[in-house]
Amino acid sequence: MKIMVAIKRVVDYAVKIRVKSDKSGVETQNVKMSMNPFCEIALEEALRIKEAGMASEVVAVTMGLKQCVDTLRTGLAMGADRGIHVETSGPLYPLSVAKLLRALVEVEKPGLLILGKQAIDDDCNQTGQMVAGLLNWPQGTFASKVVLDKEKQIVTVDREVDGGLETLCLDMPAVITTDLRLNQPRYATLPNIMKAKSKAIKKFTPEDLNVEIKSDIEEVQVTEPPKRKAGVILSSVDELIDKLKNEAHVI
Amino acid sequence: MERLRLRATGSFFRYCSNRSLFDRRLNINSVNSIHNSTSGYAHGFGKNCRDFHFFSDNHKWNVQTCFGFVRYQGETFRDSTEKGLLEKTRRFQYRGFGSLAAKVQRNPSFSTLNSDDISYFKEILGEKGVIEDEEWLATANTDWMHKYKGSSKLLLQPRSTEEVSQILKYCNSRCLAVVPQGGNTGLVGGSVPVFDEVIVNMSLMNNIISFDKVSGILVCEGGCILENLITFLDNQGFIMPLDLGAKGSCQIGGNVSTNAGGLRLVRYGSLHGNVLGLEVVLADGNVIDMLGTLRKDNTGYDLKHLFIGSEGSLGIVSKVSILTPPKLFSVNVAFLACSDYFSCQKLLMEAKRKLGEILSAFEFLDSKSLDLVLNHLDGVRNPLPPTLHKFYILIETTGSDEPYDRQKLEGFLLHAMEAGLISDGALAQDINQASSFWRIREGIPEALMKAGAVYKYDLSLPVEKMYDLVEEMRTRLSDSANVVGYGHLGDGNLHLNISTAQYDDGILTQIEPFVYEWTSKHRGSISAEHGLGLMKANEIFYSKPTATVSLMASIKKMLDPKGILNPYKVLPHSLSS
Ligand SMILES: Cc1cc2nc3c(=O)[nH]c(=O)nc-3n(C[C@H](O)[C@H](O)[C@H](O)COP(=O)(O)OP(=O)(O)OC[C@H]3O[C@@H](n4cnc5c(N)ncnc54)[C@H](O)[C@@H]3O)c2cc1C
Repeated sequence: MKIMVAIKRVVDYAVKIRVKSDKSGVETQNVKMSMNPFCEIALEEALRIKEAGMASEVVAVTMGLKQCVDTLRTGLAMGADRGIHVETSGPLYPLSVAKLLRALVEVEKPGLLILGKQAIDDDCNQTGQMVAGLLNWPQGTFASKVVLDKEKQIVTVDREVDGGLETLCLDMPAVITTDLRLNQPRYATLPNIMKAKSKAIKKFTPEDLNVEIKSDIEEVQVTEPPKRKAGVILSSVDELIDKLKNEAHVI
Repeated sequence: MERLRLRATGSFFRYCSNRSLFDRRLNINSVNSIHNSTSGYAHGFGKNCRDFHFFSDNHKWNVQTCFGFVRYQGETFRDSTEKGLLEKTRRFQYRGFGSLAAKVQRNPSFSTLNSDDISYFKEILGEKGVIEDEEWLATANTDWMHKYKGSSKLLLQPRSTEEVSQILKYCNSRCLAVVPQGGNTGLVGGSVPVFDEVIVNMSLMNNIISFDKVSGILVCEGGCILENLITFLDNQGFIMPLDLGAKGSCQIGGNVSTNAGGLRLVRYGSLHGNVLGLEVVLADGNVIDMLGTLRKDNTGYDLKHLFIGSEGSLGIVSKVSILTPPKLFSVNVAFLACSDYFSCQKLLMEAKRKLGEILSAFEFLDSKSLDLVLNHLDGVRNPLPPTLHKFYILIETTGSDEPYDRQKLEGFLLHAMEAGLISDGALAQDINQASSFWRIREGIPEALMKAGAVYKYDLSLPVEKMYDLVEEMRTRLSDSANVVGYGHLGDGNLHLNISTAQYDDGILTQIEPFVYEWTSKHRGSISAEHGLGLMKANEIFYSKPTATVSLMASIKKMLDPKGILNPYKVLPHSLSS
């Protein structure tokens, strides 16, 4: 069985985000880009399943600009067997990504498609669900535990819900989206980085896959959150009470 | 808009997987919180400056996730609290210090404080600048390691150079001894009183005076906290030329006064090169304006250098002008394993040659240091498969072209691997991974504190000899202690640390004077970057000839005839009274 994992290149989550002065988006020039953390978790899970002898191959897939290949290389250095890059130039919204993924699933025929539950740049949290819908596959979203039964061709997924855990049993093929606690991703070691150099990356265009990239969404503007006001240090309890009464009007 | 607000997920993730940072925020007021700082990485990326907000709707869920995540890793999140650590070390350390304190006598020519003195100080500083609060004083009297403890009854907080001048003028006339204090993170007992010296605390002098974006020259007051300067500069697109694990607390005046080295000296050089000017207040209150902002200025003796590294014994640094390099965004960090010390040296030589202009840190630790960190710090994991390696190296590169830098570093590492210099290694793929590599290196002092008693030696040695000392020490002490070696290999700076269950004079006599003699024999320095302070004032002769030391003593005498500035420190007691 093959596992396909979708990975996205995003602004590194430790980067202090700056909004472009014309409010057209977030500054990405000269900014550290990395693999979306939830995608890292998705890939780690796929690798563990493979290492447990329950999958034969892990295929990492990414979509977007030319530079996304760097992220794919990271995925290969972590242990993915090969990569697929669908090269696009403009913005990509979840529905387009889901359609591209469906097309790739039809090419590759994986038994599992694993994605991060969301990407930390747009936080859409839609792609996994949409692609499951398009494929008409069962979905286990926000997985915090994944157990595969190869013989029965089912996968059991624990998901975190408010106040507890929900356990789902899915028939394969299935879509899984990963939550934070599922696993701790591995580092890219030098021997694996070396091996990754010779792994294949296949390129597609949306046209190759017969997917038209369009969107019903227009991004109007991006603005920064309001700046927090500096606090004040008061010298006495009386002053505090006075402020709470007369300025904040809470007592 | 959404994009921004929801970045919170990202930061939570970071705090979850790097417990130290999370912890640090929780313990924001803890005196010891600084040792959790992952400066190495933040320096490069300037990310630690980002505020930690709880975002309304997700608040509860996220916190649970953080805790849960950590617990999931098999860590117990709260049982090794800072407090426990402090108490443990306090108990150990006082005993260790007992013998040292007994050797120092209070200089009888110093006066003792009276109520007139206090009234005078209140007149010049106002009530708020004169602190007699016991709890506050207890903290200010005790050093970071809880090894040195004075008994000062008074702490003064000047707000301006003028106030510092008035304080010193008065203390000088009254013959009241003074200890200048910055962030109190010094590691040699220099920043706390030995007896009842008046503490002059610089933390209110924390204004940035000017910043020139063209030249990168920053002028600020001496009490500015290093991390605040880093944050300020980050917004301007610059970085400080120095960075150290204590950056959350240490002050630029303290850095200058100790000539702090730190993690990026290999790239940006020492403060003797980066500090362009100083304003200092002498013991008699005279303000010496050497606050130049010129890179080149050969008019007479360059006196500022006397104050860089003088540990508060010649004057109080009230203002600093410093050259800051532009911030480059492409930072890469690798954590490597070497099977022997010779390979570490060769790797250093190769790195200097092949990584050249992008090399920004070259740090090393031995396997015992790594074990300490893995055993004593929560949430730290070994980046490499757990095969036994004797040495680990952290390499950081900083440059302006990400693909180029990365290719260069990868190429270098793969080549070094093929040549057998490194036996394994990992390359950080994102900032969180980079910071977790740094956490290992920077967490060693903290791990040592948690392990029990520790004898610390900060030595400069020829790189090829450096590790011999660690091995000889191991043989000398055999099973009685855990001897670890780590440090700034790129600068030939070894941190030799000897960790024992408790302080023991028997062990101390095995270590000293052997360690100093050994260092001296190999023409090393017994203080690479921490200074002499109280700990090593009497050991200066191991690294400096008599004639040099007596010239130092004459300079001290000339600038501070009554010896009121930081007495008992730096110079041998035989010469300073
Ligand atoms: C976790 C940790 C990591 C560290 N890492 C490093 C490292 O990598 N490299 C390194 O070099 N050091 C390191 N140190 C040592 C220490 O942090 C530095 O020496 C630092 O520069 C001290 O600054 P401070 O403001 O805390 O000074 P303090 O500790 O308050 O004072 C240090 C000395 O300077 C004097 N002083 C302070 N401020 C002034 C002033 N304005 N004018 C005159 N004299 C003054 C004091 O009297 C004292 O003698 C580390 C310490 C810790 C706790």
